[in-house]
Amino acid sequence: MEIDEIDRQIIAATQTGLPLTLKPYQTIADSIGISDEVVMQKIVVMQEQGIIRRIAAVPNHYRLGYKYNGMTVWNIEDKHINEMGECIGQLNFVSHCYHRPRHLPEWPYNLFAMIHSKTEEGVKRQQQIIADLLGQYNLGQDVLYSTRILKKTGLRIR
Amino acid sequence: MMFTLMQKKLLNNYQQDFPLSTTPYKDIALSLGVSEDDVLLAFSELKNKKFINRIGSIITPNLIGTSSLIAMAIPENQLQSVANIVSSYPEVNHNYERENRFNLWFVLITKNEKDLQSIIEAIETEAGFKTMQLPLLADYFINLGFDIDFDD
Repeated sequence: MEIDEIDRQIIAATQTGLPLTLKPYQTIADSIGISDEVVMQKIVVMQEQGIIRRIAAVPNHYRLGYKYNGMTVWNIEDKHINEMGECIGQLNFVSHCYHRPRHLPEWPYNLFAMIHSKTEEGVKRQQQIIADLLGQYNLGQDVLYSTRILKKTGLRIR
Repeated sequence: MMFTLMQKKLLNNYQQDFPLSTTPYKDIALSLGVSEDDVLLAFSELKNKKFINRIGSIITPNLIGTSSLIAMAIPENQLQSVANIVSSYPEVNHNYERENRFNLWFVLITKNEKDLQSIIEAIETEAGFKTMQLPLLADYFINLGFDIDFDD
């Protein structure tokens, strides 16, 4: 999909965070040299096009006590991957759920689901709930915990 | 963590639809029955204390440009130096160490597939290790917020 230069500037100005001013869209508009009406209209259009999903206050799970953040990975029979992905993506403790390619033999997993809990028992319980839902279509699983965040930015496009 | 009722509402209720309006904090203030300044102050405090990462636009991956999750398996004694190399690329937006044989996980974001492949090649050359590319094939995205549990 193609976007114009103004759209690109609006995304650049909003993806890392709106300025904490009383009129944040006005602040962005001033920096680009357009009106806040145009900024908001263009955001609406980009939302309709699916480029922008939403404007959100993004919570920091870790700081809010969710110390156990696991990347669960599953080996799902190919013909059931979409059905299973949609099922797991709906769970309220799953923040992201993706189909990604396998790299055999060292990486057999094709479904990724991020889970979050305040306790170790909590993440174990969540993993079990997913395993139960996947049932016979689950051919193998693992969970990877992050031990260090080495870099994190809010950028989604460049 | 002790949050006021207003802070809890700000944390939980604006993960989906932060107002798109000339005066978003005033809109929130009206709906919560508090003042505009109180809302801005509370959000600023939540941001400064890192309870929220940002108030910003959430962009759909891969509609504009290209991205991929990348994993590398690096011997423990070389992990830090390879991690530093990876993080030095501005195209890298996340870089995590994880407990696995594949112990370095990062997301690369570029304008197009050609740029993506040339940066992967540059990283492999500079680091001296191969990468495993795990681009999105499908995103099972359901538009639900994350319900924060404030009980400890």
